[in-house]
Amino acid sequence: MSLLTTGKLTKYFGDTHAVDHVDFTVREGEVLALIGSNGAGKTTLVNVISGLLAPDSGTIRFRDADITSATIHEKIASGIARSFQLVNLFDQLSALDNIALSIFSRQGKTRRLFALADADTEVRDEATGVLEQFGLLPKARMLAGGLSQGERKLLDVAVAYSLRPKLLFLDEPTSGVSTREKAPIMDIITQVVRSGGITAVIIEHDMDVVFTYCPRIVAMHQGAILADGTPEEIRNNEQVTANMLGTHRHA
Amino acid sequence: MSALPLPPTRVLRWAVPLLAALVLFPWVAEPYQTTLFSYGLVMAIAALGFNLLLGYTGLLSFGHSAYFGVGAYAVALIVKYLHVSSLEVFIVGGILASAAVSALFGFVCVRYTRIFFSILTMALSQVLWSLAFKFFWVTGGSDGLRVPTPSLLGTHIDPGEDKMTYLAHRYYYYVLVIFVVCTALMWVIVHSPFGKALQAIRDNETRAEFVGVQVRHYRWVAFVVSGTYTGLAGALWVPLNGLTTPDILHWGFSGEIVFFTVLGGFGTFAGPIVGAIVFNYLKTFAVGYTVYWQMFLGVVLVTMVMALPTGIMGMVGRLSQKWRRVPAP
Repeated sequence: MSLLTTGKLTKYFGDTHAVDHVDFTVREGEVLALIGSNGAGKTTLVNVISGLLAPDSGTIRFRDADITSATIHEKIASGIARSFQLVNLFDQLSALDNIALSIFSRQGKTRRLFALADADTEVRDEATGVLEQFGLLPKARMLAGGLSQGERKLLDVAVAYSLRPKLLFLDEPTSGVSTREKAPIMDIITQVVRSGGITAVIIEHDMDVVFTYCPRIVAMHQGAILADGTPEEIRNNEQVTANMLGTHRHA
Repeated sequence: MSALPLPPTRVLRWAVPLLAALVLFPWVAEPYQTTLFSYGLVMAIAALGFNLLLGYTGLLSFGHSAYFGVGAYAVALIVKYLHVSSLEVFIVGGILASAAVSALFGFVCVRYTRIFFSILTMALSQVLWSLAFKFFWVTGGSDGLRVPTPSLLGTHIDPGEDKMTYLAHRYYYYVLVIFVVCTALMWVIVHSPFGKALQAIRDNETRAEFVGVQVRHYRWVAFVVSGTYTGLAGALWVPLNGLTTPDILHWGFSGEIVFFTVLGGFGTFAGPIVGAIVFNYLKTFAVGYTVYWQMFLGVVLVTMVMALPTGIMGMVGRLSQKWRRVPAP
C-alpha cells in the first residue's frame, strides 16, 4: 500500500532540472534507499516533499491526502519528518533537550511560557527512552555541539524520530563518519525505525550501506528516476552501473 | 548560552544570600548609593527583557530604547492628562503601552533576522524619538515631561519627608520586589518549553521549523515579552528620574542597553543583570570624573569585548569551573 506518491513532481533552478517530472512512490513500512551521484536531485526531491522548497509543478499525496501546497508544519503534523545532510542540531542545548523539544512540539507544549520544561516528567521519560534507543543515554546532559560526529548524526535522526512520524526522510545519515562507525549507526537507525513501524527513505552514497540495509532502491540521475528495484536488480542494471556503480563493481 | 543551565537548587544557593544582602542594603549604604542601586535594578529589568531576544532568541535589537521610552512617556502622560500619581497605575499603563507598541513593531521586525532586524528595530525607535520632538504640545518636546514622586500602594510621601530618603527606602523596596518577581518570571520563561523553543530558533532556525516550531510567531511573542519588560523598566525609571525627555527614545540609549548586556555577558542568565548594575555605577563614576565619559565607556567596551568576550559572568563561570577542578591540597 502506497504511503506517499508524487505525480510529475518538478523543481527547476533556472536551466537546471533538479527534479524533473518525478513519479515516485513510497510503500508503507518499507526502508527505501534513494541513490544517485552528486546533483542527481535526491536532496531536492526530499526538500520539495518535506516542504523546504515549493514545487514548480506536480502533485504530492501522503496517506491519500493532497499535501502539495501544505506548509512544513502541516506536513509534520500529517506525519512527515526528516533529518539533514549536514547535521542540523540545537548545539547549545543538551542532547536530552534536543529530543525533549521535538516531543514538546509534537504534544503542542512549546507554547507554554510559565511551566518548567524539566518538571514535565512525562516528556523527560520519553526523551530518555529515545536517547536509550539510539545509544546516546550516557550523553544526555552533554551539549549537542560537544558530541562526536557519529553521535551528532544519531541525535539528528533521533530528533526527527521523536516527532513519531509515519514517514522519515534520512539525508545521508552516515556521511562524514568513519567507515568503522557506519554499520553501528545504521544498525541502530534501522532497528529503531522498524520497531517503531516507521517508513524510511534513506538518501545514501555508500553502496555497501544501501545494499545491506535497504530492500528497495530508487536510483536518480539528472533529476529523473533512472531505476527502481531490489539491490540485486539495481546491481544488474546497466544504466545504473554506468552512471553510479562503476567503481563499486570493481571494488 | 554556552553551558548547561544550573539546577534550581544551585540557583537558590546563591540567590537567597544575595537577596538577603539586597534587603539589608538600604540600612548599610548611603541613600544616594541606594538610589543609584535602584537605577541599576531598573536597568537590570530592561536588560533581562533585552536578553530574551539577544541571548535566547539570537536577535540583536538596536531599538529597545523605544519600549523603555514608551513605558516612561506612558507614565508621564498619565500624570499630565489623568492627574494620577499612583505607581501601580503607572506600572499598568507602562506595561500596556509598551506591550502594544512592541506587538506592533515586533510584527514588522520578526520577519527579518540578523542586520536587517537590527536596522529595522533602530529605525522604528528613531521614528518614536522624532515624534517625541515634533509633538511637543503632547510630549513637552526637548524639555520633556515631569513626573512627581508617586504614591506606593496608596501611601504618599510624608509631609516633610526627604525625597531622597523616600526613594532610598520605600521606593527601593518596591523596585526590589518587582525586580525579584521579574527575574523569577524570566527564569521560568527561559526554562519553559517556550524558552527551549526560542533557544532552538537561535541555534538553528531551519531545524526548529522542522520540529514544528512556528519560528516567526515565537519570535514575535519573545519580542512582545522583551519589549514589555523594557517598558516596565521605563515606567519604574521615570519616577526615580523625575523627568522624561526624548533622549531615552534615541538609539544611543538602545546602545547602552546592548552595552550593559554585553558587559555582563549575554551568554548567561545573570550576566545582563550584573552588567546593568555595573554599567550604572561605571557611567555615574565616569560622568562625575570626566567630560570625556563617553570615550571612557567606549574604551571599557572595547577592552571588554577583546579581553572578556563572554562578559563578566562568563569570566566568573570560567574561573569557578577552574577553581572547582583544582584538587584539594
